[in-house]
Amino acid sequence: MIHLQGDWTIGQTIPELTELERHLSSPSPGKSLVLDSSAVTNWDSLFLTFLTKLKHLCTEHQIALKEEGLPPGVKRLLALAEAVPERKGARREDTKEAFLERVGTRYLDIWHSIKDTIGFVGEVTLAFLKLLRGKAQFRRSDLLQIIQRTGADALPIVSLISLLVGLILAFVGAVQLKIFGAQIYVASLVAIAMMRVMGAIMAGIIMAGRTGAAFAAELGTMQVNEEVDALETLGISPIEFLVLPRILGLGLMMPLLGVYSVFMGMIGGLIVGVFMLDLNFMLYYNQTVTSVSLTHFWIGLFHSAVFGVLVALMGCLKGIRCGRSAMAVGQVTTQAVVGGIISIIVATAIITILCNIVGI
Amino acid sequence: MDAAAAPDKWIEVRDLKIAFGSFVLMQDVAFTVHKGDVFIIMGGSGCGKSTLMRTMIGLNEPSKGKILYKGQSFWDADLEGRDLLRQKFGILYQQGALWSSMTLAENVALPLGEYTDLKPEQIRELASLKLALVGLAGFEDYFPSQISGGMRKRAGLARAMALDPEFLFLDEPSAGLDPVSSRLLDDLILELRESLGTTFIVVTHELASIFSIGNNAIYLDVETRTMTSQGDPKMLLREAKDPKVVKFLTRGEK
Repeated sequence: MIHLQGDWTIGQTIPELTELERHLSSPSPGKSLVLDSSAVTNWDSLFLTFLTKLKHLCTEHQIALKEEGLPPGVKRLLALAEAVPERKGARREDTKEAFLERVGTRYLDIWHSIKDTIGFVGEVTLAFLKLLRGKAQFRRSDLLQIIQRTGADALPIVSLISLLVGLILAFVGAVQLKIFGAQIYVASLVAIAMMRVMGAIMAGIIMAGRTGAAFAAELGTMQVNEEVDALETLGISPIEFLVLPRILGLGLMMPLLGVYSVFMGMIGGLIVGVFMLDLNFMLYYNQTVTSVSLTHFWIGLFHSAVFGVLVALMGCLKGIRCGRSAMAVGQVTTQAVVGGIISIIVATAIITILCNIVGI
Repeated sequence: MDAAAAPDKWIEVRDLKIAFGSFVLMQDVAFTVHKGDVFIIMGGSGCGKSTLMRTMIGLNEPSKGKILYKGQSFWDADLEGRDLLRQKFGILYQQGALWSSMTLAENVALPLGEYTDLKPEQIRELASLKLALVGLAGFEDYFPSQISGGMRKRAGLARAMALDPEFLFLDEPSAGLDPVSSRLLDDLILELRESLGTTFIVVTHELASIFSIGNNAIYLDVETRTMTSQGDPKMLLREAKDPKVVKFLTRGEK
């Protein structure tokens, strides 16, 4: 016989069952357990969890639990909780994978994602070929909107960052060049660095954070809302309808942004040159013009076109492969930005090495 | 060969098995849907009703089995063949799945623009008509985010009906609708079936709808991972062998 009394509500401490357990495990625990709850003043779910535990203990030790003394509401709720038996296999068990198994799955995952990426690039290429034949299905208005969003709307931030990068380059260069009295070469330094690679990289990184993330989040949300499925079942390829205009838009806008970024960087250099190093404006201008060549310009343009396609590809790939939850959208957005920036740096390294081999 | 033998066997599912890795969602599923049927896929939560529908509309490849539309197997067809079959489908998704960057009229117009040679004004008129049919006249230029959940669902139906499809798949059409709207939707389904001869495949567990519109149904069982009964819901209520089906159809009262 157990007497229960007082408040059994959440916030109260409930007694442990260890003593009872010890008693039940003793050689002669008795046949049945009677509960008397006449002194219980208040109860809620906490009381129920206590009783469930008690019940489990009793069944374990094959002792009949007499529930008659419980309040009628408690009895009904207990019956309700037991009405639907636990579904077999529904409870997840924590299985620890062996080390080798983990290595194996990880390897397979990586292999899978590589194959997936190659497949995606292939699909995009096919869609692009279809576009060249004038057969791709997408809306011109979508392309225009993307061009506006990725191009014109990005000008303020690209201006700011590139101007500052130009300033920084000029400052750092000036300190060293001043030692030799060769301040004028600040103009060459800024012009060549910005034009060959820095302008494109700056624009690329800004776009990875700004547009790559936007693409991934947009497409990811469309995936969550079944909008991508709705296109697919209509026989419209999501690659053509959603991915192609985005890659095209950013691929077209990025070279322009790159050139713009070069221009802003040179202005930044000019500010340092004229106001800090007291160089003549025309002198600085002439030095800039003589030091850059068309080759540099083309290399820079090539960089930014490649970056544009890479950032857009990364954003779209991650977005299209998004899972169906809010968390998945966050993950793919992060992956798109990180992947975009990594691919920009790797591409720069490859292009630089190639240029070295060719000798330009 | 099947098409010739049974001209009104509109959909035939044979020995279907859907599995993800080693997890078998359902197996031994086989049923036939005839022309003009309102075919209901019933079952408790988590039994794979929606996944079965996704498999039927070609979004999820089955591990085994065939799905034949008028005798033509969907999953054995090449990509072009599948696209041709898909053009006969209209699909209403659970959440509506309207394209959020387009207005309602553009949503309905997109399939029309893709698959017909109509002039823009004609497409616009048709889109307005479809929206009016589902009670959304005047909402042509609203974006999906600007209307309520129930309206989104109806707009989704308007889009699904855009091409006057032969097969209309509805995933929980009345979930989230008030009783009156839900009833109006049922009337609309029956009307479309009468006037256009559309075949409906409806995933639902709304009992009122099941009895008022369904003339053929299957019940998917969560525990045995297969279908247990096929037939008219009213008939199943009276003579189904599986007690779970009767329980489902009487809200557990029998």
